[in-house]
Amino acid sequence: MTTPAGATPAPNGSMPTYLGMPSFPSAARTAVADSQLRRNLTHATTAIRAKRANVVRELDDWEELRQAGKAIKEHTLANLDTYLLRLEESVTSAGGHVHWARDAAEANAIAIDLIKRKNADKAVKSKSMTTQEAGLNEALAQNGIQAIETDLAELIVQLGDDLPSHILVPAIHKNRAEIGDLFRRTISEAPGDLADDPPSLTATARAHLRGEFLDAKVGISGANFAVADTGSLVVVESEGNGRMCLTLPDTLISFVGIEKIIPSWRDLEVFLALLPRSSTAERMNPYTTIWSGVANADGPREFHLILLDNGRTATLADETGRQALRCIRCSACLNVCPVYERAGGHAYGSPYPGPIGAILSPQLRGMTSPADASLPFASSLCGACYEVCPVAINIPEALVHLRARAVQSQPHYPERIFFSLAASILSSPGRMAFAQRLGSLAGSAVARRKGRIRRLPPPLSAWTDTRDAPAPPPESFRAWWSRTRGGAR
Amino acid sequence: MTAREEILARIRAANGPAREPTEIDAAYAAIPRDYRRAHHDSEQRDDIVALFAERAADYRATVEPVPEADLPAAIARAVTGKARLIVPDGVPEAWLAELPSATTIVRDEPPLSARELDAIDGVVTGCAVAIAETGTIILDHGPAQGRRALTLVPDFHLVVVRADHVAPDIADALARLDPSRPHTLISGPSATSDIELIRVEGVHGPRNLHILVSG
Repeated sequence: MTTPAGATPAPNGSMPTYLGMPSFPSAARTAVADSQLRRNLTHATTAIRAKRANVVRELDDWEELRQAGKAIKEHTLANLDTYLLRLEESVTSAGGHVHWARDAAEANAIAIDLIKRKNADKAVKSKSMTTQEAGLNEALAQNGIQAIETDLAELIVQLGDDLPSHILVPAIHKNRAEIGDLFRRTISEAPGDLADDPPSLTATARAHLRGEFLDAKVGISGANFAVADTGSLVVVESEGNGRMCLTLPDTLISFVGIEKIIPSWRDLEVFLALLPRSSTAERMNPYTTIWSGVANADGPREFHLILLDNGRTATLADETGRQALRCIRCSACLNVCPVYERAGGHAYGSPYPGPIGAILSPQLRGMTSPADASLPFASSLCGACYEVCPVAINIPEALVHLRARAVQSQPHYPERIFFSLAASILSSPGRMAFAQRLGSLAGSAVARRKGRIRRLPPPLSAWTDTRDAPAPPPESFRAWWSRTRGGAR
Repeated sequence: MTAREEILARIRAANGPAREPTEIDAAYAAIPRDYRRAHHDSEQRDDIVALFAERAADYRATVEPVPEADLPAAIARAVTGKARLIVPDGVPEAWLAELPSATTIVRDEPPLSARELDAIDGVVTGCAVAIAETGTIILDHGPAQGRRALTLVPDFHLVVVRADHVAPDIADALARLDPSRPHTLISGPSATSDIELIRVEGVHGPRNLHILVSG
């Protein structure tokens, strides 16, 4: 299973960033061997887990908020066409422009055209998963436009020519020493004696980006929520880089997936309670910007909203899988996942890593590549992700459902052959007795000490590489019963 | 088919035909909302205001309760050492009565460029609403608050929160706002947790947030 994902084109022409990534098992094997990466991840996720639990415990109605969040999102998805049209109308009447894009390529082309019309050769970007998914930066670069990532972690990733590995903290795989090395190498504003402590590193990023913000002509953002009845876009952030990108440039372009919509202004009372506590484990994040179209003499004079499908309508068509579209990108599921904690974000081969990524990426991209078909299996189904999800996405249920789809989409899967053989054996007493005799013989041939099977020849070694199996008994119960009648003979 | 038509068609293929608007609105109204609209008793005004001050201070903002009459002196103390302050329209003249003579007041008239704002040492504003539960200040960029850039580019933000600005919780605060206006929600100075998930205050937004809670 080492075929590069890039060998099979994704049906939606989407998420080109990670082409060439191996499928999850082989990528995870490499990652697990990296002890520095495991230390960085364990350190970061352990801290945030405890903090999240504390701020969630503070609200005794957390479960009610969670159920309301789930119900609002479910209702919106069930009436998505109506709410998108309402959003379009309210944004337009507030002076904004609304564009629709079937896939990433179409969305990127719209943005490139808008930037070229402004005669700009660069744009400042606030953190956006949707532009990451669309591969916007690469598309801009091909058109001579420089995308400047301004979120600290995204900047670290961009300067290091790296890939993000976490939804909230894309550079979570790097520790302070690694970041210090990177800054000393790549940032001209870095003082010669730059120390590795987070405050010094943060100050360096501030100095580096200040001029870019002040002179920016075009800003690019995503949005956490789009409110249908008021046309409000909401960006939740911490550093103020979002505010800079949303306020200072004359032209603002926002990439928003069609599932980010909520019906009404009042729904923000639910999501602004759920999101910060689940993601950064705070009662409220430092900054939230809310705007509707363009405001008189305040902020951008031109606002463009690009509504992106890119596999979302295909996901909507799957009754079990569609719940992934409720996701508000908090990343709580990553921080509690034992698989994520060990394998890290890169192994998932997608901008959306962790448990939510394992159900979102294969649905958005389709399961034609081995990498996407392997993602639903990247879980022990322990259920911790479901428990912390602020919109109650039943990730284990979706994983199991997608595993079935992955098997069905690959007709020569060995398991398919195995299970049809098993069905044939189990449906006939004669075949069953024969198979049991065969099993006892084969078992005694491969069993080692204490009746355990430690190693089987390929392809069965895939099972015994990670487990011992008990050897079958020399005689089956049925054979013993017909011989002795339970000891009566 | 345009992208718009095609996306809408795909949604209808997945969901079935669009329902009547009245039917959708009725379904929306029936969404269960069993959560509390406030986690604190809004009748206990003093407790609510004290809670706001405590929670805002948790973010490492500087928070000072100040009787209304002492505001000019408290403002003067807080801006000591700032050479140039920008003050938006609508800030009461009385607030500025005791400023040190070394402090120059700058007005956003005509509007300053981002570069010019970057040379300003601080900004003094009021606010639209504050949230006790989360220690949050909300600006709607109306009178006494200025356009968004004014409270973003300068490195120091002094904000006066009156007791009657403070809403007990998010729901009540949002209900007091006009959604057609731009809004900024501020909970402490700018911060990041991007390195090892350790919180560091002071990134791109104002690195110092000073809150005077008056009345």
